Amino acid sequence: MKMLSYKFRVFVVVICACVFSQGAVAAETLSIVKKRGHMQCGVSQGLPGFSNPDDKGNWVGMDVDICRAVAAAVFGDDTKVKFTPLSAKERFTALQSGEVDMLARNTTWSMHRDTALGVDFTGVNYYDGQGFMVRKELGITNSLELDGASLCTNLGTTTELNAADYFRTNNMEYEIVAFEKADEAVAAYNTGRCDAYTTDQSALYAQRLKLTEPGAHIVLPQIISKEPLGPVVRQGDNQWGDIVRWSHFAMVNAEELGVTSKNVDTMKTNKNPAIRRLLGVDGTFGTNMGISNDWAYNIIRTVGNYAETFERNVGKSTPLGIARGVNALWTQGGLQYAPPVR
Amino acid sequence: MIDKSIIQRWRARVGQRDVLAQIAVAVALFLAVYWLIDNVVSNLERQNVASGFGFFNERAGFGINQTLINYSEDSSYGRVLMVGLLNTLLVSVIGIALASLLGFFIGIGRLSQNWLINRLALVYIEIFRNVPLLLQIMFWYFGVLRNLPSPRNSFTAGDVVFFNNRGLILPAIEAGPGAIWYGLALLAGIAAVFWFKRRAKQARFVAGEILPVWRPVALVLVVALMMAFLLAGVPFSLEIPVLRGFNFRGGISVIPEFVALVLALSLYTASFIAEIVRAGIQSVDKGQREAAAALGLSNTQALNLVLVPQALRVIIPPLTSQYLNLTKNSSLAVAIAYPDIVSVFAGTTLTQVGQAVEIILVTMLIYLSLSLLTSFIMNWYNARVALAGGSHG
Repeated sequence: MKMLSYKFRVFVVVICACVFSQGAVAAETLSIVKKRGHMQCGVSQGLPGFSNPDDKGNWVGMDVDICRAVAAAVFGDDTKVKFTPLSAKERFTALQSGEVDMLARNTTWSMHRDTALGVDFTGVNYYDGQGFMVRKELGITNSLELDGASLCTNLGTTTELNAADYFRTNNMEYEIVAFEKADEAVAAYNTGRCDAYTTDQSALYAQRLKLTEPGAHIVLPQIISKEPLGPVVRQGDNQWGDIVRWSHFAMVNAEELGVTSKNVDTMKTNKNPAIRRLLGVDGTFGTNMGISNDWAYNIIRTVGNYAETFERNVGKSTPLGIARGVNALWTQGGLQYAPPVR
Repeated sequence: MIDKSIIQRWRARVGQRDVLAQIAVAVALFLAVYWLIDNVVSNLERQNVASGFGFFNERAGFGINQTLINYSEDSSYGRVLMVGLLNTLLVSVIGIALASLLGFFIGIGRLSQNWLINRLALVYIEIFRNVPLLLQIMFWYFGVLRNLPSPRNSFTAGDVVFFNNRGLILPAIEAGPGAIWYGLALLAGIAAVFWFKRRAKQARFVAGEILPVWRPVALVLVVALMMAFLLAGVPFSLEIPVLRGFNFRGGISVIPEFVALVLALSLYTASFIAEIVRAGIQSVDKGQREAAAALGLSNTQALNLVLVPQALRVIIPPLTSQYLNLTKNSSLAVAIAYPDIVSVFAGTTLTQVGQAVEIILVTMLIYLSLSLLTSFIMNWYNARVALAGGSHG
């Protein structure tokens, strides 16, 4: 009897993570992580620029950097983190069940997820939105010119709904071709089955690299939905949530204050009190969270500030070639804004 | 001693014993099912999962690229279920027809005296039944799609029919009010088939005469169609597809996902059917063929009247399994974006509504009903051929 009921639950959980909406609350993630000696971080199964194994098998990307930053804050060592690749369906279940300590898996912060799945979003490390990729030869520059187009996309995502809303609102016809796996959707677009491939814009840049001729395709600048991507922790463990939240804020504050991985050691002697507080020279901000006071110093020393991780993983000099855009600092017309360390 | 007599009496009552055993099994089964349902319901309540079928009337909000009935984003999830079900049925029915036809010919080819035909049939069977179906679906989809031109450079027949990587685009036939006469003419043709067949059969049994069937049927059909033409003229018009922007508008389009799926399903299943047909024909005693020849039947007559009816008795039961397999295998459609019931209902609808139990249950019930229906039809047909075959039945 127990066995069957368990199997049934597993079956439901695999399809619908919301079953465990009142999942177990573990308020001691930090002590568990410290005792274990490493942090376990849930990432994607391979999305260039965000979380993807490099040619040596090491995980790299913006999401990976957030995980490394948290490890650096807790252990003073950014290598004390292990990565668990998760599918979109598995991700919340893996977090709720304690299989991973945090998620950094290009996950959209939506109200349903935040309020009904027993998880908390700690911030936005990448402001994204749904966009379109088309062939350059079509000569299209605006998604409003896509009337009558065939669209390849991923089955069962909000993408399908966003596209339907967008085309209908603008009185345009479309044909949707929805694949269960992203790889097949991209392959079908590549063969010419569709005029456009639509998903989160950052993923468009990433998937473009997998096409036979990436240079022959452009990502249209228009965005048709809000997709704020950020790290996720279990609801109810505020201390752990604070550590993950402020690891991201430390990187954004470091960029704003001009602290980089190169100059962080000399910055320690800087007179600017904001820098001194950030790097743990003044104050007890680290010990208040249950970790050492040089937590942010360790993050910046090993991972770098927000600009560094952005440019290293998705920026202009990388194959993805994404401009800062809305992910620029608030002081430069973007949305990245971190509360002060004070 | 008493014990022994009880046992002996018990043993004697074979009939009662069987009835009791059956009642016990039935009660156990009922309890098991009841417990399962109760368990599901209480689990759902405990975890505060929304339940019920209210979502069937909610707005679906997403598009589907092949719909046999009217559907838009404003349609309900119930409508989505119907669209998906019809798409599954379409691919299954056409797949079954093609697989049967192809399988039958290859099965006969496998028995051919001609070395080349024999070997070709063998190679076909060994290739198609030994490669996993999903790979074959992927092959037909991506392998063929890659070599098709874009809509602007479509292959075309007379600028009426177009073939490109968006599919096969055919002109739509629009029927006016006079079309009813042509419908009646066709009905007359079908009625003629039955009538002349019955007449020929009677003549054969009563007088041993062989009467023509197809020539008089053709005559009736031609006369009926001519009368329809005189009464209604030509009430049909063609809606020719035109290239506007990215795609063709107007006409009927057969999407490449459908073509790839039907191809893969029927080629794969045909290899199994071929072996079944071969076994069926080989099961008919050699003496039957010789007896038919001795009676003066031609080769075709021997095949149609003596060999095939007897072979069918062996062929039908395993053939039914293949039809069931094909229908269930059509759920692999989800891999290549064919909007079948698993894709639009157990896929998109499930992720949007989140009520996994209800949706999976409904989907399973539908596949079960489809399978039972297929079995029912095939069993009915089997009973008919079994009866016609006589003692073996």
